[in-house]
Amino acid sequence: MEVASPEIEEILRSVSDPEIPVLSIMDMGIVRKVEQEGERYKIDITPTYSGCPAMDTIGDDIKAAFKQEGLEAEINLVLSPAWTTDWITERGKAALEKYGIAAPREKSVDKAALLGEKNQLECPRCGSKDTKMVSRFGSTACKALFQCNDCHEPFDYFKCLK
Amino acid sequence: MEQKALYDYLLLIGDNSAILGQRLGELCGHGPELETDIALTNVSLDLFGQVRNYFQYAAKVAGEDATEDSIAMLRLEHEYKNSLLVEQPNRDFAYVICRQFLFDTYHQLLLNELVNSKNDQIAAIAKKSIKEVDYHYDISSTWMQRLGDGTEESNKRLQDALDFLWRYSMELFKPTDTEIIMAEMGVGPDLETLRPVYLERVKDIFLKSNVIAKEDAIFQYGGKTGTHTEYLGYILAEFQYMQRAYPNMQW
Repeated sequence: MEVASPEIEEILRSVSDPEIPVLSIMDMGIVRKVEQEGERYKIDITPTYSGCPAMDTIGDDIKAAFKQEGLEAEINLVLSPAWTTDWITERGKAALEKYGIAAPREKSVDKAALLGEKNQLECPRCGSKDTKMVSRFGSTACKALFQCNDCHEPFDYFKCLK
Repeated sequence: MEQKALYDYLLLIGDNSAILGQRLGELCGHGPELETDIALTNVSLDLFGQVRNYFQYAAKVAGEDATEDSIAMLRLEHEYKNSLLVEQPNRDFAYVICRQFLFDTYHQLLLNELVNSKNDQIAAIAKKSIKEVDYHYDISSTWMQRLGDGTEESNKRLQDALDFLWRYSMELFKPTDTEIIMAEMGVGPDLETLRPVYLERVKDIFLKSNVIAKEDAIFQYGGKTGTHTEYLGYILAEFQYMQRAYPNMQW
């Protein structure tokens, strides 16, 4: 992703997903393009899920962050190419795990876990691989709910989307 | 002429998701258990997200003062182009799952074609939506099997639901004039060609679910051309209430 300058990247990095505050929108992979037009910055963002209610907030948060620096941002929502969990950076995945949300795995692992076959998901709290799916949807559209059979804590899993 | 056909086509696709989304939304807080409650309302959210994409585009095509809200909320009953299937009520959980499965199988086939649409915006929306709809299909097709292959009671209820809903399934594949024009222009698929694939897929799941589709069903048509069952009016009364009571309100 090309960003106009390190300063602009810094501003964008300060904006996070309102539902996952530890995850910067840059690490989430939803900022697709930044173009400077005079004093204005045109920013393309893409939704994770079509109905994601966080998108409007994220757009407003970006505008506010730019305004704070005396700059103006214009938000454009793009659908294509469609977002994939592959765009979450390694830093983003680490932040998710630290926050207690299991980061998306490969498609095969994801399918096996969600269909209740062989489960290879690790509990983000204790690291145990003895976990089970509780619900295919969790607190938001992008997550499923799991529980660890060892420490018994429930945890969210960020579903693989490709 | 072409713009009018494109506008109608966007409603034909979007209205199914809007009305089914509203039906599923009725289950919020009323699902039979937490998992399904969350799943069905999330499916509803996905569908509404997709509807917004279609209707925002439809508003651009319509021009003048059309907005996604005016298209969604301010039409009259006969102006909705959803199929009869999606407006059928949530009689019990088996009906909800059966209706969802009959629709998801169609929806998945449709979107798989629309990703190659000659209309770039429709192709983009389809590429976004297909990932979500694959997941919807996973849920409804596995629940079909859990109910059908569950207890005697759950099997009976699923069979009852299928007996009732099957008559509405073929409307999805009977093209309207708009869909014929769009197929000729390469914007949408020839629906008739999807029908055999659909029948093969649903019958495979029926077999695994120990239920049978009626051979002598009398198929019902009309929703796509604005002739609805009695249920749509009640859905719209709730769906449109806020926008009609407080014109131009926004969230």
